[in-house]
Amino acid sequence: MIDAPIISVEDLSRKFQRPPVLAERLLHMVFNSKLPPVVNAVIDMDLTIAHNEVMGLVGESGCGKSTLGRMISGILPPTKGQVVYEGTDVSDLSSADKLAYTLAVQMVFQDPYASLNPRQKIGDMIAEPLQVHGITTSRAETIARVDQVLDEVGLDPDYKSRFPHQFSGGQRQRIGIARALAVNPKFLVCDEPIAALDVSIQAQVINLFMDLRDNHGFTYLFISHDLSVVRHIADRIAIMYLGRLVELAPTHELFAEPAHPYTQALLGEIPSIKRRRRKFQAVKGELPSPLDPPPGCTFHPRCSHARSRCKEEAPVLRTIGPERQCACHLINKI
Amino acid sequence: MNDHLLTVSDLLTVFHFSEGAYAAVNRISFHLKKGEVLGLVGESGSGKSVTGQSLIGLIDPPGEVVSGKILFKGRNLAAMSDEELRLVRGKEIAMIFQDSLSALNPVLKIGEQMIEAITEHDAIALEVARDRTIKALKQVGITAPEARIDQYPHEFSGGMRQRVAIATALLNNPDIIIADEPTTALDVTIQGQILSEVQNLQKNTGTAIIWITHDLGVVSELADRVAIMYAGLIIEVGTIDDVLDQPRHPYTRGLLDSIPAENEPGVRLHQIDGSAPRLSAFPVGCPFRPRCSRKVIACKDSLPPISKGDRGHTWTCHNPIPEETQS
Amino acid sequence: MKKLKREHIDPLLVPPIVKTPKRVWHLARINRRPSIRSSLIILAIVLVTGLLLPVLAPQNPYDLATFSIMENRLPPGSESFDGMTFWLGTDSQGRDMVSAILYGMRISLMVGLVATTIALMIGICVGLAAATFGSRVDAVLMRLVDFVLGFPSILVALVLLAALGRGVDKVIFAIVMVQWAHYARVMRASAMVERQKEYIEAAENLGYSKLRIMFRHLLPNSISAVLVIATIRVAVAITLEATLSFLGVGVPVTQPSLGLLVASGFEFLMSGEYWISVYPGVALVILIFSLNLAGDRLREAFDSRR
Repeated sequence: MIDAPIISVEDLSRKFQRPPVLAERLLHMVFNSKLPPVVNAVIDMDLTIAHNEVMGLVGESGCGKSTLGRMISGILPPTKGQVVYEGTDVSDLSSADKLAYTLAVQMVFQDPYASLNPRQKIGDMIAEPLQVHGITTSRAETIARVDQVLDEVGLDPDYKSRFPHQFSGGQRQRIGIARALAVNPKFLVCDEPIAALDVSIQAQVINLFMDLRDNHGFTYLFISHDLSVVRHIADRIAIMYLGRLVELAPTHELFAEPAHPYTQALLGEIPSIKRRRRKFQAVKGELPSPLDPPPGCTFHPRCSHARSRCKEEAPVLRTIGPERQCACHLINKI
Repeated sequence: MNDHLLTVSDLLTVFHFSEGAYAAVNRISFHLKKGEVLGLVGESGSGKSVTGQSLIGLIDPPGEVVSGKILFKGRNLAAMSDEELRLVRGKEIAMIFQDSLSALNPVLKIGEQMIEAITEHDAIALEVARDRTIKALKQVGITAPEARIDQYPHEFSGGMRQRVAIATALLNNPDIIIADEPTTALDVTIQGQILSEVQNLQKNTGTAIIWITHDLGVVSELADRVAIMYAGLIIEVGTIDDVLDQPRHPYTRGLLDSIPAENEPGVRLHQIDGSAPRLSAFPVGCPFRPRCSRKVIACKDSLPPISKGDRGHTWTCHNPIPEETQS
Repeated sequence: MKKLKREHIDPLLVPPIVKTPKRVWHLARINRRPSIRSSLIILAIVLVTGLLLPVLAPQNPYDLATFSIMENRLPPGSESFDGMTFWLGTDSQGRDMVSAILYGMRISLMVGLVATTIALMIGICVGLAAATFGSRVDAVLMRLVDFVLGFPSILVALVLLAALGRGVDKVIFAIVMVQWAHYARVMRASAMVERQKEYIEAAENLGYSKLRIMFRHLLPNSISAVLVIATIRVAVAITLEATLSFLGVGVPVTQPSLGLLVASGFEFLMSGEYWISVYPGVALVILIFSLNLAGDRLREAFDSRR
């Protein structure tokens, strides 16, 4: 049951290309030589995320999930298509509304070491947006708010005067979350927020995310390569491969009946403590480079069900059931 | 009585600071049988990597292996000189690291590095070494090894490089391979491939493996026995089935319970509060006490005793989880 | 590293700390190597003498009343009428060499420091702007930097000074013009690395202006490299000034720097009155040497651990 969407992306694409040097440009004009290669990080994505939903976004390296996250939070502009926030195309927003959108969609980053300014006290880090944007009007109010968000993420407000290097990875991640909370966001893009943390800390941070969602009614885009974590927290899961969306389904259905061969492979690879000394049966082949993707369906070299059509024609994302989508030639209906 | 390939007793490795020395590995003892896979599990700061490095003399100042015995094929590695250890390293005990890119020399071709690994330990003809290298690459699933042998590390993907590292480790038919988080940085599907290769190789060559990781899931599928480390101590060790089905130490229980897949989706996960202590701030007594739900008075005073169960299952706890309450 | 003695390890020790024999000194980064200390000490001496002059110099070489042309070109060790010893001799005007050198050192140092500071500030702004705004702005600014760096600094400075004339402020201007590009390049390089980090993305995500991100977030974290370069390049600035003054286009005669002193004594070298040229030259060498050494050691100290 999808509520009013808060964010949707339509036909969204993002290319990266090293800007050609003057010499390369000239050579290209005269001799038609090759320009630097283009990486199609995200290709024609259509995705809708509803209010208060947790959308899981899963894929391996090079699939474009981080790029998509950055486009949704407004840090990276798309090369094609649009991001629609609460009904309006983001590029059409007035500058005041654009600011509101930027603050409303906050990002939590993967690396707890690089995501905090090493020379800023964490109290200042959290107070800065409050002061810059006038969210709080007096010094006392600012301090109160900083204390409040620190407390909410489980950190002692007395830590305000400390620097990031004095904290552990898990604590730094909490500081990053506190910083995002300070500006009253509605939507959090969490880019692999627990991947760099110890296992026993991961559970703490996942619980924090769940508590925040319950208390504030946040919407999340939870990006991860770890399907078992996403299973725990997400309502729906989107699977990406080499820049494209290949499957979208409610969580329990995805795990009960994965449609796309890549999803099936991912599920098969999750190590589980219930399986002892099993025989691994791995997916063959290397992850292709986004610089040189295979033709047709980009998964076909690794797919055990590949047919000749798969080599020639890229499959379209089709609705195969209620709230289920899949991009595969061989799946028509669930 | 010993069919143990490697017996470690009271290994103590410290790191020197200006105010004193802290024990990163605090007098641990364990053994490794011939041909078995031992998982060494712990989080950051547990001392698992330091243990691996201590075994073959890779601890540099300010670290120091202070005392203990490392008995390997009748010799005590802890008492050997650097030169003697160098001969053992790479030939009888090989190591694989987490970051394959920095473990390989970027300006040398893969083949050159691998052949060097052979000729350092065996005086054999280059042609023979080259053939052995090609065979090893084939064994780890690298296609067209005759061509790839002349490529540079940056021309390989992360998963491929790790395979090269495994192949290099196998070149001299070592008795033991110590693998320090070799698949942590790899994608899930590639990890699956590497684990599959390792399983096959292990069966064919009978090499014993110490697999160092933080991932209990990987260990459960790969290992015969598992040792769990926390703050420099081995707090529980036993067969995979015993430790995972009947954990006696609260930390092991906590780790298992906090795995998302072991919890109902959408429900708050079991969590272990607090975080692992830093090397310079290990608590007095049992280092796990601040986070433990089963602590008793004794935990503050002294290091817990080692209790033994069946089939070599041991745990280090003042108040271990009793057998009956397991579900 | 000394091996730990068995008797220091208490087998029952809880917590797992083994005490090493007492050694309490806290190793500040600078204190770690004697060579850093000694080079900084030399530098401190040089700086202090250069800056605390009126107290130390026996004579003020600018005050015409204090010297007499009849005492000119006296060799080192001679006495003046009023009982003062000319330890390093006198120059062609009768000025005490020791005083002249001390004053000259002050001018040289001042020009070097001021020029470097201004060039540093300009370079930092340009480098930061290039890194923050990227694409076109970056391309234009860097081409400008390349252009400036393409010319030999002395040549450019000479041309500038020929147009502007002599004067301490004009010398400083010329040196700034040829130096700023070095700092811009280094600053840009550091800033570009920092810019990739996620806390900068977070700052953008929090709606901060580019200016704020540049100066509040990017600058403090990428400035260390360019500061270290600056400490080394102060010596370059001083050398440049000395060369220009020696060639006669630098500081005016009324405010002689060490370079100018060397120049003014040049004509007497061949007649055996070496002290007028040589001693200022030696002072210049010591100044530059100690600055270089200190800069080098500072670079090592900060590079290896950061």
